[in-house]
Amino acid sequence: MSLNSNVPNGPLAEKWTNYKSKMNLVAPNNKRRLEVIVVGTGLAGASAAATLGELGYNVKAFTFHDSPRRAHSIAAQGGINAAKNYQNDGDSIWRLFYDTIKGGDYRSRESNVHRLAEVSADIIDQCVAQGVPFAREYGGLLHNRSFGGVQVSRTFYARGQTGQQLLIGAYQALSRQISNGNVEMYNRHEMLDVVKIDGKARGIVTRNLLNGKIESHAAHCVILATGGYGNVFYLSTNAMGSNVTAAWRAVKRGALMANPCYTQIHPTCIPVSGEYQSKLTLMSESLRNDGRVWVPKTIADAEAIQRGEKTGLDIAEEDRDYYLERRYPAFGNLVPRDVASRAAKVACDEGKGVSKTGLAVFLDFASAIQRYGKSAAISQGISDPDAGTITKLGEKVVEEKYGNLFEMYEKITGENPYKNPMKIYPAVHYTMGGLWVDYNLQTNIPGLFALGEANFSDHGANRLGASALMQGLADGYFVIPYTLGTFLSNEIRTPKFTTDAPEFKAAESKVKENVLRLANSQGNQSVESFHRRLGKIMWEYCGMSRNAEGLKKGRQMIRELREEFYRDVYVPGSDTEYNPELEKAGRVADFLEMGEVMMLDALNRNESCGGHFREEYQSTEGEAQRNDADYTYVAAWEWDDNEPILHKEELNFENVELKTRSYK
Amino acid sequence: MKLKLNVWRQSNNSDKGGFVSYNVEADEHMSFLEMMDVLNEKLISEKKDPVAFEHDCREGICGTCNMVINGRPHGPQKGTTVCQLHMRQFKDGDTIAIEPWRVDAFPIIKDLVVDRSSLDHIIQAGGYISVNTGQAPDGNAIPIDKEEASAAFDAATCIGCGACAAACPNGSAMLFTSAKVAHLGKLPQGKVEHKKRVQKMVAQMDKEGFGFCSNVGACEVECPKEISTENIAMLNRSYLGSMMSTND
Repeated sequence: MSLNSNVPNGPLAEKWTNYKSKMNLVAPNNKRRLEVIVVGTGLAGASAAATLGELGYNVKAFTFHDSPRRAHSIAAQGGINAAKNYQNDGDSIWRLFYDTIKGGDYRSRESNVHRLAEVSADIIDQCVAQGVPFAREYGGLLHNRSFGGVQVSRTFYARGQTGQQLLIGAYQALSRQISNGNVEMYNRHEMLDVVKIDGKARGIVTRNLLNGKIESHAAHCVILATGGYGNVFYLSTNAMGSNVTAAWRAVKRGALMANPCYTQIHPTCIPVSGEYQSKLTLMSESLRNDGRVWVPKTIADAEAIQRGEKTGLDIAEEDRDYYLERRYPAFGNLVPRDVASRAAKVACDEGKGVSKTGLAVFLDFASAIQRYGKSAAISQGISDPDAGTITKLGEKVVEEKYGNLFEMYEKITGENPYKNPMKIYPAVHYTMGGLWVDYNLQTNIPGLFALGEANFSDHGANRLGASALMQGLADGYFVIPYTLGTFLSNEIRTPKFTTDAPEFKAAESKVKENVLRLANSQGNQSVESFHRRLGKIMWEYCGMSRNAEGLKKGRQMIRELREEFYRDVYVPGSDTEYNPELEKAGRVADFLEMGEVMMLDALNRNESCGGHFREEYQSTEGEAQRNDADYTYVAAWEWDDNEPILHKEELNFENVELKTRSYK
Repeated sequence: MKLKLNVWRQSNNSDKGGFVSYNVEADEHMSFLEMMDVLNEKLISEKKDPVAFEHDCREGICGTCNMVINGRPHGPQKGTTVCQLHMRQFKDGDTIAIEPWRVDAFPIIKDLVVDRSSLDHIIQAGGYISVNTGQAPDGNAIPIDKEEASAAFDAATCIGCGACAAACPNGSAMLFTSAKVAHLGKLPQGKVEHKKRVQKMVAQMDKEGFGFCSNVGACEVECPKEISTENIAMLNRSYLGSMMSTND
């Protein structure tokens, strides 16, 4: 299979503008006749469904949640990037493009990333108009802050709840279209199959999660905006329900899964506290604007902390190793996520971890509190303030900036982060890989599109902070409304599809068979226990660092676990009722296949790039070593029960020179 | 720590339902939902029906989790959702009662799971600003007073969990509705449709079967995002104003 990215010709900066002005359009009278299915109602799905509804298409939107507002986009904390250059600090579309390409370790498509940077500014305008309450300066204008991997302030934010506010904006836009009758909303419906007719995606099969009813829904095309697959690791910052099922069922119908080994391990999460742990909680990257990361210089001090004999406060300034500032002076604590995570792992592997388990480093706000305290004292005209006053004033400033995050940290850990340095450790957070799509965001199945985290398109091997929200909304508000026309303009004479077609009936009976197989599983082990074991295999062999031997072993272990799952899983209840365990069983079954493809992809990629770190490929200083000669391609996998098949899309860099990524 | 749980079990909406007692062993570092996971794993290992409860982000932001714990929506800790509540708030030997939201407009689906679509319907009735994609002026075209933006934000932090209605003896969704009215109504972009929005959302709230507000104030006390009843005052003023105003 040859993969055509369908990137338009012409200079990079003009591609999108020219393409948009010349592409085929669908006239309003025809839009009314065309039906579009959108699966997923997070930032990408809700913004797409709302915008397509505004344009006049007949949209049906689906979510497995009880309401579109629950999608996991809601939990994004830090912010959203845009090349507005409101801060006059030298930002531009080119710089956002370049930072994203470089941050992604030169493994993304130039044209898609440039388009993302181009539309970024429009997103902010749109969200402000919808009533998203972004942070503002006293003059009433929008405020910005910095995120990792960049040297400008281009991140717009709404306290530590940016994802929530953006999602509510998109949810409200979607609600408006639902009330206008342009979008028909299906809550508590889980997509379990894509239906193809004559090779084109023409509908889906869903399970109504309230009563178990298997239903077909037909349309002229299908858009998947169903998020990432981070929960394959069991423990991650993803919501409990986040899953790969919709995307994976598309893969089972022939869609390709691209770069599945690119997973992002976020450096600042609350460490694991026990075996019962169900998920991990992120502490926003924005904290690295002011927090300093360190471990003790000596193993003796670290061990004393691990035994509970000392705390971070007992370690003198000169005995601390601010290792990010030491190793990467140019970017310091704001190096990209992959770099920061690996550095934390190196410190802990050396035995310098600072928790009972030895798997934690400090994130310390003491110097920020002092700095802000002094400046607040000056601006309030307090001359010669004492130490207590400075600390009090400084804590107040820190509280204004990060209050809700500090509060959340204290609720979870029972420790006060104003007084003691926070303890953090990397955790799985985001997946750069996803369904392969071309420039139009169309998968290799005509009529099947993928948006947001569900596709692979923009972040290469590592995503920069505050770029996930940007991509989700770019895809939904400003890309798919145009590019969908390239497919639908050829469908204006295609009559509406009905679910009576034999393809729908066949898909329905296959779905029923699969659901029944799981519902009738009367083994001895819970679904959760299988998920937990899968997660451990993934983290051990396909986590922060990988090697060929481990990946081969991991793949074998997953195959065995999959076999055991179908033999010995126990699913309570029946298929005709509200049954969360049955839902989970289907999702874990899919993760058990997805995990194998991730291992394969990681094994195939004999280089270290971004979030994919192969121990065999590193410099003497422990930095990642890419192999541009052999691996400057997108690895897109076709599923096969025995041996998944690799397809390649070569990446051509015409505007950016491939360099060793350096943040030193 | 050893705990006794009295959990509301109800197989579906037409079932009468009742409390069932379980013993469970927990750790003080567990979240409340992780303690519920332990209970469910135990039930599954005994081939019994696990307790159905809803949850998703487990970070206190998605608004999915909903349990009345010892009579209080989201439990005893102020400004905290069930998923962020940790077992260190309880003592060894405690007996804990766990029930679903009990609101007419939230029919019970199973055990602790309720249907909160009525809240979506209130938003669909007018909880938005009518702007199509692409119509927006520059983000800095309208400066907004920092305090005003911040006040709008405070209202916008509502997570749509429905605890306000569950806390209210009348089962009213006034805090939820007023938070949206205040969020949008305090911003210049949202002022244009303010009057219409208020009327439509209030009408929908009544239609969904929520009760009337009699200024009890329990909603503010139990709201995990500590949303203020001042929003209700604003809603009432706006509603009255809109009824007396002559333009539509």
